[in-house]
Amino acid sequence: MKSKKKKAFSNWIGLLYVSPWLIGFLLFTLYPILSSVYYSFTDFSIASAPVWIGFKNYVEIFTKDKLALPSLAITFKYVFLSVPAKLIFALFVAMILNTNMKGVNFYRTVYYLPSILGGSVAIAVLWRFLFRRDGIVNLILQAVGLPYLDWIGSPKFALGTVALLAVWQFGSSMVLFLSGLKQVPQELYEAAEVDGATKVRQFFSITLPMITPVVSFNVIMQLINGFQEFTGPYVITSGGPLNSTYVFAIHLYNSAFKYFRTGYASALSWILFMAIMVFTVILFKFFDRFTYYEDGGKF
Amino acid sequence: MKKREEKKSVKGFLMQVFILLFGFVMVYPVLWMISSAFKENKDIFTDIGLVPTVFNFNAFIDGWRGVGNANFGVFFFNSFKIVIPVVVLTILSGLLVAYGFARFPFPGKKILFSIMIATLMLPTSVLTIPTYVMFSKVGWVNTYLPFIVPAAFSTSAFFVYMLVQFIRGIPVELDEAARIDGCNSFQILVQVIVPLCKPAIFSAGIFRFMWTWNDFFGNLIYINTVTKYPISLGLRMAIDNTAGSVNWSSIMAMSVLSILPPVILFFVAQDYFVEGIATTGIK
Repeated sequence: MKSKKKKAFSNWIGLLYVSPWLIGFLLFTLYPILSSVYYSFTDFSIASAPVWIGFKNYVEIFTKDKLALPSLAITFKYVFLSVPAKLIFALFVAMILNTNMKGVNFYRTVYYLPSILGGSVAIAVLWRFLFRRDGIVNLILQAVGLPYLDWIGSPKFALGTVALLAVWQFGSSMVLFLSGLKQVPQELYEAAEVDGATKVRQFFSITLPMITPVVSFNVIMQLINGFQEFTGPYVITSGGPLNSTYVFAIHLYNSAFKYFRTGYASALSWILFMAIMVFTVILFKFFDRFTYYEDGGKF
Repeated sequence: MKKREEKKSVKGFLMQVFILLFGFVMVYPVLWMISSAFKENKDIFTDIGLVPTVFNFNAFIDGWRGVGNANFGVFFFNSFKIVIPVVVLTILSGLLVAYGFARFPFPGKKILFSIMIATLMLPTSVLTIPTYVMFSKVGWVNTYLPFIVPAAFSTSAFFVYMLVQFIRGIPVELDEAARIDGCNSFQILVQVIVPLCKPAIFSAGIFRFMWTWNDFFGNLIYINTVTKYPISLGLRMAIDNTAGSVNWSSIMAMSVLSILPPVILFFVAQDYFVEGIATTGIK
């Protein structure tokens, strides 16, 4: 009897410990999500009460808003410029560092450093300085006899310059790849070597399948972050020139906090959410097909 | 055989050179920023070298003055007023919640845990606006409470997840032994789990510190009085204000100071740090 009572208590004590999170989830996640769905169907600015207008906000996004869809397209472009390059660099450097090289810890620190700083305003400012028309990057290019580019001032290159800031922060992905690579059994490579498989073949037949979980985690997290990027384009180029770096997050920010169209901005945020979800689901499906499972269950 | 080894060592040498050069390119921007802070304003855009000809501290003195009645001392102090409570509360609440998830069975645990994992991947931009509306209704705009209060309720699932993973790795037998010695569950947390969790606590604290310190968007929407500006907004204002007169070196100087706290923390605690990323992943 006593032990039963004790058991009943221990049933609740766990809930007691997780209650801060539970309250936080209800108050700062679930409630905001639900109210955001509601706001997205209203005409609403912070100062006034929400008025139900049905799908009008969503209709406006797709028909009247001259910036919404273009900014979504720019965001896609930003993601496709930054995420693959970032991850390829990360994997490439991780593979080199994984070859029992001397001073791995030192290099890991060096390569990780940008990831610590990259999100800050200071680095966005630095980027602006480095890539100015008369900035240091052009100075170096000229010094080695290459033509200089208008990195920030031309609509052709600005988005790439902003994306480069994200690529520069490949260190965090690299550290993840490195820990994934360390877990690939060395015997597999030795066996492949005996069978005469080339390095390239080994990479595609052993390395990549074995580290798919890390790869998929990296891709999905980077994608979610990439779609929401704000600080870089906002501070480096303020969305310009000619709106060439006007990403969706800036449009969202302007709608909500510059024009105070809270309801409309909520609708925008759900469009972004949908875009991210569609991509995430597709990627999950994609990676699931390639993931190597220890038990050989699915392949 | 010997030839092959030779070939291997040549290859290893080339890789070493490559990784060193590439690493230099990676950190060059940061080194350039630091050296620019000491250069004369006119030299900044003409000198690609990393060692200033004369060390010049004027930029730091000029830059520190800031704008109006708010100098960078104020901005720094404000940043710490946000970051320190956020870090402490994130860890305290994170430990409680992680302990609950890792050690106790309770009704609905499975589903709650899945929900928490799902929020890891929730794009936060969906939450920004309704959260802002909520906080503005309770009068928290232009205070630091929108950053501090959610931290007390483990809103960042990442840290809970990280701590859960770590606590799961601690043998349950230790809890049992303490229970036999008469410890209640809270005493077990404080006396057994927390001391063993130190690496995870450190790395969670460091991540939280850096993310909060570097945060720009949250500061931008919530804080609108200059005297309450944290460093990110202070820096941005300094750039906007000097757009005409262009005192570049003092902006570089303040940028350098602004990245010092996270950099120092990183170098002091980098072992914990790398361990933290390796065990849980994410940025």
